[in-house]
Amino acid sequence: MKFIDEYQDSKLARGLARKIAQRSTKTIRLMEFCGGHTHAILRYGIRQLVPQTVEMRSGPGCPVCVTASPDLDKAIALAHLPDVIITTFGDMIRVPGSYSSLQQAKAEGADVRIVYSTIDAVEIAKANPEKSVIFIGIGFETTAPTIAASILKAQQEKIENFHVLSLNKLTPPVMKALLDSGEVKLDGIVGPGHVSVIIGSHPYEFIPRDYGVACVISGFEPLDILLCIDKLVEQIEKGEPKVEIAYSRGVKPEGNRKAWQLMENVFEIGEANWRGVGIVPQSGLKIRGKYEQFDADKAFSVSLKPPREPKGCRCGDVIRGAAMPLECKLFRKVCTPESPVGPCMVSSEGACAAYYQYGTLENSQGF
Amino acid sequence: MDDSILLAHGSGGKLSHELVEKKFLPFLANPALNKLDDSAVFEASGRLAFTTDSYVVNPIFFPGGDIGKLAICGTVNDLAMNGARPLYLSLSAIIEEGFLLSELEQIMQSIKKAAEEAEVSIIAGDTKVVNRGQADKLFITTSGVGIISPGVDISGANARAGDKVLLSGTIGDHGIAIMSQREGLRFSMTLESDCAPLNKLVSQMLEVSSSIHCLRDPTRGGLATTLNELARQSKVGIVIEEVTIPVKEEVKAACELLGLDPIYVANEGKLVAIVDPADADKILARMRKNRYGRDAAIIGEVTKEHPGKVVMKTKLGPSRIVDMLSGELLPRIC
Repeated sequence: MKFIDEYQDSKLARGLARKIAQRSTKTIRLMEFCGGHTHAILRYGIRQLVPQTVEMRSGPGCPVCVTASPDLDKAIALAHLPDVIITTFGDMIRVPGSYSSLQQAKAEGADVRIVYSTIDAVEIAKANPEKSVIFIGIGFETTAPTIAASILKAQQEKIENFHVLSLNKLTPPVMKALLDSGEVKLDGIVGPGHVSVIIGSHPYEFIPRDYGVACVISGFEPLDILLCIDKLVEQIEKGEPKVEIAYSRGVKPEGNRKAWQLMENVFEIGEANWRGVGIVPQSGLKIRGKYEQFDADKAFSVSLKPPREPKGCRCGDVIRGAAMPLECKLFRKVCTPESPVGPCMVSSEGACAAYYQYGTLENSQGF
Repeated sequence: MDDSILLAHGSGGKLSHELVEKKFLPFLANPALNKLDDSAVFEASGRLAFTTDSYVVNPIFFPGGDIGKLAICGTVNDLAMNGARPLYLSLSAIIEEGFLLSELEQIMQSIKKAAEEAEVSIIAGDTKVVNRGQADKLFITTSGVGIISPGVDISGANARAGDKVLLSGTIGDHGIAIMSQREGLRFSMTLESDCAPLNKLVSQMLEVSSSIHCLRDPTRGGLATTLNELARQSKVGIVIEEVTIPVKEEVKAACELLGLDPIYVANEGKLVAIVDPADADKILARMRKNRYGRDAAIIGEVTKEHPGKVVMKTKLGPSRIVDMLSGELLPRIC
């Protein structure tokens, strides 16, 4: 099972870091789209390896973090309905909504269960025919095919008590929204690895074409990321931005057609509400009419109080790359993984959680 | 006797006696216990160590052990981490109505085996049965008494700048072995929990050196949490090197898959020793001769810089702070 050490080799990493330092003359700003990248960058100290000229910002690639408060409030309200079992990925249950959290709902008696796969949620529905089982569908193009597969499985097996609250989102439209806003000037994007396994590299072509921004798709091991940064620096120094894949063992330019078709069969594209960004057209996945019996939005109705954001929390800014976690006044003082104020501190892909967990001595205030 | 535990087994009447006589005494028999007095009487003189711990692990059977083995090893190790030689344990079981007697027997068998290996006697005990749903199968509490030889002074507060940090073997085996069995996450692997009594390893280390300053078993919260505890307690800094920390390939792979860092994953048969640098190699060599210290390594040292903090030089070279475990990694791993 040896397949990790090769991508964590310190000699190769130092060699790449030297190459980046030699190439880099301009001061540039890169955004790593994925929370997984942010975590790897901090965990292995990649920020210290790359030259000062390269600034790294985290982006919106954390599914839990970008789930907007009204959507979270809806999930919590659904949990309080009688005879409902909520199934969700682990991190979601701790995220504070406007007034409560799924964890709190659970403590108050709601049946909220953590699953590791959507298929487990279908199994729970099968085992509890007298209950309605709702899966909180979060995530990007990576998780959407498996959620689609669970809906198809429920249909084939006539499991009528299985439902999905689809909060799934698409990555290229939110990148476009960020670039359109011009709030954070970017020179390059460390493109999502796992998402690109599904959608390929073509959907990012607009980034260099329309915005002159470099885009290199990266894996999640330290050498993957360093290789990606090297390619980005090379493109930017040459003034030739384009889409490249630095993760060829996972990503093909055309993506995974089968997974893509699965998604297209079950979902249609609509708008989605992103925390910190707002409504982004064409960035959400809605369950198609032919599967509406599985759509929790159609099967249940709940009334919600107006949403509110936690005071002082800058998760929205962090998600857009407009602020670094350390710039938030609540960071480590009020907001910690034990008592998180915003989702970026909860999620294992959240930027604040990464900065909290992997501090450096130079940056250790409050430790 | 029926094939599962009934509420009547906890009534204090005939069935209770039968349970103790048939399912507990045959595995635990020793002169102090056999008397079945209200308390066990024993002789001891000198400095004593005393500890207690409850075990609620889920699932109760896991690769490499079960809740019974864990309950013995955990308490034996807590005593050993103060340099004590464990002597006597008490064992209290809270059993859920309906629990299978065959499973109870299996667990008692492994308690017997673990106690024999650790050379401890269980001289006091209790059983209670609760209604179905009021406990999850079986909870065990063990307490233990051990004796500390004159001259041995081991405490989490004793680390000094310049000391070496030793680790007895690979980390994360227990936590990952348990996780591989959890509902909804079952993955098949050959990995077993490292659950083991470490008292003999400790006594062998003490034979070759009188300069062992701290010992601690990195259980819940893993290596990172233990090192943080020691740094805070001793008011010193600790610097470790990631590349020197032994991690099994299966654990590495599972951690990558699950997004975990092995330094936060639980162990049940490992210890961290902080020792005088002059004795470090000698102690390491002795540890490696014991089956539970075969993969022992020096992973870092104690510094007067950054007191209370643990800094790790990552595989790629740069350093970062390693904090205690935040939040919950896994429910009920011990």
